[in-house]
Amino acid sequence: MNALLALEDGTVLRGRSCGAPGEASGEMVFNTSLTGYQEVLTDPSYKGQVVLMTYPLIGNTGITNSDHESPRPRLEALVVRELCRTPSNWESVESVPDFLLRHAIPAIEGVDTRALTLRLRAKGSLRCILSTTDADERRLVRRARALPPTVGVDLAQTVTCAEPRVWSEPLAEVPLGWPMAFPRSPHVVVLDLGVKNGILRCLASLGCRVTVVPARTTAAEIMTLFPDGVLLSNGPGDPEPIAYAVETIRRLLEERVPLFGICLGHQLLGLALGGKTFKLKFGHHGANHPVKDLATGRIAVTTQNHNFCVDLKSLPDQVRTTHLNLNDGTSEGMMHTLLPAFSVQYHPEACAGPHDSRYLFARFGELMAERMSKNQGALANAKKD
Amino acid sequence: MPKRTDISKILVLGSGPIVIGQACEFDYSGTQGLKALREEGYELVLVNSNPATIMTDPAYSDQTYVEPLTPEIVESIIARERPQALLPTLGGQTALNLAVALGERGALRRHRVELIGAPLDAIRKAEDRQLFKEVMGAAGLDLPKSLILTDIADVRSAARELGFPIIVRPSFTLGGTGGGIAYNLEDLLRRVHSALDASPVKKVLLEASVIGWKEYELEVMRDAKDNFVVICTIENIDPMGVHTGDSITVAPAQTLTDRQYQAMRDDARTAISAIGVATGGCNVQFAVDPATGRRVIIEINPRVSRSSALASKATGFPIAKIAAKLAVGYTLDEIPNDITRKTPACFEPSIDYVVTKIPRFAFEKFGREFPLDTAMKSVGEVMACGRTFKESLQKALRAIDTGAEGPDRTPPADERDFREWLGTPSSDRIFRIRAALQRGLTPEAVSEVTRIDPWFLRQFAELTRFEQIVAAGGMKAFSPALLREAKELGFSDAQLGRLLGKKEDVLRALRAKHALRPSFKLVDTCAGEFEASTPYFYSTYDGENEVVPSRSKKKIAILGSGPNRIGQGIEFDYCCVHAALALRELGIETVMINCNPETVSTDYDISDRLYFEPLTLEDVLGVLELEKPMGVILQFGGQTPLNLAAPLAKAGIKILGTSPAASDVAEDRRRFGALIRRLGIPAPEWGMARTVAQARTLARRIGYPVMLRPSFVLGGRAMEIAYDDADLRLFAAKALAASKHHPELLIDRFLSDATEVDVDAVCDGHDVFIGGIMEHIEEAGIHSGDSACTLPPHSLTREQIERILEHTRRLAKGLKVVGMLNIQFAIKDHAVYLLEANPRASRTVPFASKATGVPLAKIAAKVIAGKTLRSLLPKVLMEQKFPNLPYAATKAVVLPFIKFPGIDPLLGPEMKSTGEAMGIAKDFPTSFAKSQEAVGMALPSEGSVFLSVRDEDKAAILPIAAQLRQLGFILHATENTQSFLTRHGIDAHRIFKLGEGKPDVVDLIKQRNVSLVINTPSGKRAKSDGFAIRRNSLDFGVPIISNINSCQAAVQAIAALRRSPLSVTPMQERYRDLAYET
Repeated sequence: MNALLALEDGTVLRGRSCGAPGEASGEMVFNTSLTGYQEVLTDPSYKGQVVLMTYPLIGNTGITNSDHESPRPRLEALVVRELCRTPSNWESVESVPDFLLRHAIPAIEGVDTRALTLRLRAKGSLRCILSTTDADERRLVRRARALPPTVGVDLAQTVTCAEPRVWSEPLAEVPLGWPMAFPRSPHVVVLDLGVKNGILRCLASLGCRVTVVPARTTAAEIMTLFPDGVLLSNGPGDPEPIAYAVETIRRLLEERVPLFGICLGHQLLGLALGGKTFKLKFGHHGANHPVKDLATGRIAVTTQNHNFCVDLKSLPDQVRTTHLNLNDGTSEGMMHTLLPAFSVQYHPEACAGPHDSRYLFARFGELMAERMSKNQGALANAKKD
Repeated sequence: MPKRTDISKILVLGSGPIVIGQACEFDYSGTQGLKALREEGYELVLVNSNPATIMTDPAYSDQTYVEPLTPEIVESIIARERPQALLPTLGGQTALNLAVALGERGALRRHRVELIGAPLDAIRKAEDRQLFKEVMGAAGLDLPKSLILTDIADVRSAARELGFPIIVRPSFTLGGTGGGIAYNLEDLLRRVHSALDASPVKKVLLEASVIGWKEYELEVMRDAKDNFVVICTIENIDPMGVHTGDSITVAPAQTLTDRQYQAMRDDARTAISAIGVATGGCNVQFAVDPATGRRVIIEINPRVSRSSALASKATGFPIAKIAAKLAVGYTLDEIPNDITRKTPACFEPSIDYVVTKIPRFAFEKFGREFPLDTAMKSVGEVMACGRTFKESLQKALRAIDTGAEGPDRTPPADERDFREWLGTPSSDRIFRIRAALQRGLTPEAVSEVTRIDPWFLRQFAELTRFEQIVAAGGMKAFSPALLREAKELGFSDAQLGRLLGKKEDVLRALRAKHALRPSFKLVDTCAGEFEASTPYFYSTYDGENEVVPSRSKKKIAILGSGPNRIGQGIEFDYCCVHAALALRELGIETVMINCNPETVSTDYDISDRLYFEPLTLEDVLGVLELEKPMGVILQFGGQTPLNLAAPLAKAGIKILGTSPAASDVAEDRRRFGALIRRLGIPAPEWGMARTVAQARTLARRIGYPVMLRPSFVLGGRAMEIAYDDADLRLFAAKALAASKHHPELLIDRFLSDATEVDVDAVCDGHDVFIGGIMEHIEEAGIHSGDSACTLPPHSLTREQIERILEHTRRLAKGLKVVGMLNIQFAIKDHAVYLLEANPRASRTVPFASKATGVPLAKIAAKVIAGKTLRSLLPKVLMEQKFPNLPYAATKAVVLPFIKFPGIDPLLGPEMKSTGEAMGIAKDFPTSFAKSQEAVGMALPSEGSVFLSVRDEDKAAILPIAAQLRQLGFILHATENTQSFLTRHGIDAHRIFKLGEGKPDVVDLIKQRNVSLVINTPSGKRAKSDGFAIRRNSLDFGVPIISNINSCQAAVQAIAALRRSPLSVTPMQERYRDLAYET
């Protein structure tokens, strides 16, 4: 089956459909990871986006049972050079075309993905439509131009969980040196703005009890769960319209409960601390960005997936930059000097990508352990009194 | 951390002569490393015995020692130069082993030299299999079950514990020499025996088999701050059991999920920390059980390697350059990425194309096929990029230059034989797989037999299915859509032509009609995320062309030489690089086209624009039609580019330099014969024959012995010497079969016992400059590429030299040469005969250039670009007629026989050597001694010599034997030779021949009770005794000499060695003594 891909700049490409028939639209971004298309497909942060994989051969290992980042694909559509129909891997349970078909995600192959990438690099993210039903090129371009912009839209509410839930599944392969030695198993409440399973698995592997709560859960509600720490998850789109979460975070900061923000969570923490965010030209989407930890000087190769960014200059003095992107010098992480709160723009859980930054979960663990022992001390003192 | 300022002078070790397992990738790495260190202002001392390398060009270091890479020599260089640091990680296993040897003899401590790049301890942990196992186990990594043996007596119990098949790996050897796979006890005993022998530390590792497991390599880098990046992942299509150098490999890895890959990455990181690789590039190999995913670590190479060269070319990331910078203290974040210039080197390249590497074998040189195993046997490789695996595979298959159809072999009809034929790893397995798929086997069934991942086999199957569709439909059904699909699948015009029964140009015309042209894309390390400034391109039939040709009017394309093979190797790449550099000096823009990832020419900063493409008419035209250069230079890349001369010219491309018509004259014996007759240059009598009967008549007229060969040959392919009618019948039939397309034989009078001479010259159409007259040591009849040779000639008379100069000048002008000319002469009974002339760069150009300091290829390139010799050469050289040297330089060759068990290590008209080394010294005997030392055949200065010579050589051996006695050697000989010697008053011990009793001559060799063997093969065919003597000498590392001329040279050399030990001098100092400026 033929498929057409129309971009708002007027580009129309013809290819073969390799997913579900029908139409999908969104903002097109490119991802440069060589591995991990399954994680990309199921990452809720891609909600609203049409993802182009720059590596030309996608789907070689099919779909496995243990690499989902959420129960179903979240991106709007997939653009590849060649999609594999007969995968080969000992863990493979399904082919990518079958998986896409089952979840009604359209996909196109046989297009020059590199030429598209260069276009996105030059022009920034572009709105687009992928269609197997509409063959009118000019109409498709018009429709792509008429798509609503992503700025100002709260996409997190479309991917967050409906009810609080408990998570206990650890990583398939636990990194050396884990889990941490806590006085007791810390309780982490994860504010789900579109959380990736990888984050939850990292927390579980660390030895945490994990409760995932919907995006609109208030600080008061979170505090009734007696968290030892709150993780502000990743998620899709623009942080600014998610005012309720910013409010929640502001309250949590007042509670001095340890906070760890990842990606969208990082941006929301930035807003809660009084900062501003802005949109990048074509964002960072890949698994090879070098990030320097300013505290240790060590460089991690990181997984990135964001279109928005915190303007560090807009933050108060108590907020310190902790990590820098070596490619473009942008800020990748921050911490509050007085409050137990820190965050990174990239993905310490990786999934997909190198595991270099998982140490940040341990850093979060330390913050929680500190609070736990302080509380224990306070409790003991209270008993003595 | 910024660069270290506590060191100012660094000694760099090269890798020496090209051998199987260690080829020009180390020239690429070494040259890059030297450039990187020089940029930082360090004073550089280089030791490398291989004159055919760019890195030994004096411009790349302050002191360039073209000297043997032995611990003694290197220590004397250390003592002379007093460097503070030694960098051993750019020179392959040779340099690492040398560093260990220097450490062990205390040389580093004595002279306070710090090893940088890899500490001794790390080298030991990586190389010593037992230590490696211990360290990896302690770090928590999984390994195949294994045992270390030091004694052959423990083989049985080891076999019980591990179960067959068992992998045998000797410690500290190169390219897996002496290793192999044992399938039963007898096999194991034999292999352990030879492995113990091959291992310099007498240790062998026996490993439970992981044959058939998936094989991966990670090319990683680490800096002093423990920053770690993976530059490239490589997946071997041939699973475990075939040496990675002999495997078809693909980058990046194709069949791992992210989680599986990242766990491997974590392991690699843990492993190199455990080994203690402080900084630099490192190769880590893993095996993965395809059924369970169990992952074991196989080995680590704490240095740049063949794979790191491939990874550099595959991704655009210059590993060796960065490794050199890390070694002097920089960290990855302090070094910019060359390609993007804006982002740092501390990142992991992302690529948006697929890279396939295919090894090139040279089994035809040894008369039979060898199954592939864990000891590397290939001599070269090609790489190709495509937007899909299928496209890159097909491009690589045509780049390998053995015909995309593969060898014409009929698969066995019987089902069981067929499976064995398919299952045995072989140099042509990819074609066997195609035969199996054509036969209707499913990819899954082929996978069961070959253990190749079904993913790859399904890709092959798609191609065979498409071939069948095209062939079945014929030209009628071949629609524009099908043509486009074919091109996207990587099919060449020639390939499609074969399927459709049409000529290649019919397909090209069809493509032109539909305006179907290749697109070119950029290799940019980042999958398009950032703008890239490096002009490194590949072609694809995928969408848009992003390459804007430069608008320069002064632009010339240079064609490289493709995959290394015996007869066409690094020497030609050296010439291509020089041509590019020379044109750059003239302000001319250069476009390089080549497909060999090991080379310097495919480094992106050698030429202005690099196209990594197969050297076929179609691919080359694709580039030329885009770039539209003034013309193209073919004469530096050997036969491969020259074969394209006629079709390129026909396509309207201007061939610069000597015209293709003149090359044709040189290749066409009839026209060439007429030309030299007219020029008055004598040649041995010759003729052409098309049948065996004609050949016999001709041979009788010329008189035996005669030399036979097919009329179109490279490197002495199928060349034979016939001593009588019976020989002639046999060889003529074979040679006619070997040249199907040109069934014609060339028969020459064979000048036995003649002295052969190679001449390299440059002609600008008016003047002729003779760059070198090289006298061969071995007599005529041994391929010139296998002969040792010396410069200046040591035994020619003034008159003979004058005659050679005159003939060369006359021929250069007669042929209208513009650029390089190589001529071979033979001197017999004081007469000078012309044997062969090639109006192109030859194998000896780098040797002659390095020995004389006159860069012939550069001069030739400038001449081709329109300069005159008079404007390029110092006056004194123009007047001198050829460079006079105040020293002697001798080239010795390296032969690969040790890699081919059971082959008679005999030289003949067919070239077999893989590489060369240069010995340079005050006189010929010393330079000969040095050259022998440099190729690992160090002559003994005392001990005993075994002699066995054919009757024809008996007279000539007398003075040699007498001299050996005089030098204090004990002589051994078998009955015949012994009684002859005794009769002439020379003492010699009698030794039993094979079968006469024990101990016999072979026992003598095996027990190393002899320090030199002199064996001249009797008559026409090797006798079994001779074979046993030669093969055992080789296997047990006893130097052997198999012709009288070399014996004479060796005896002189031994005498010289006895007078004074070898001394060292850098080339820069030697050049200062020349009468001209270099």
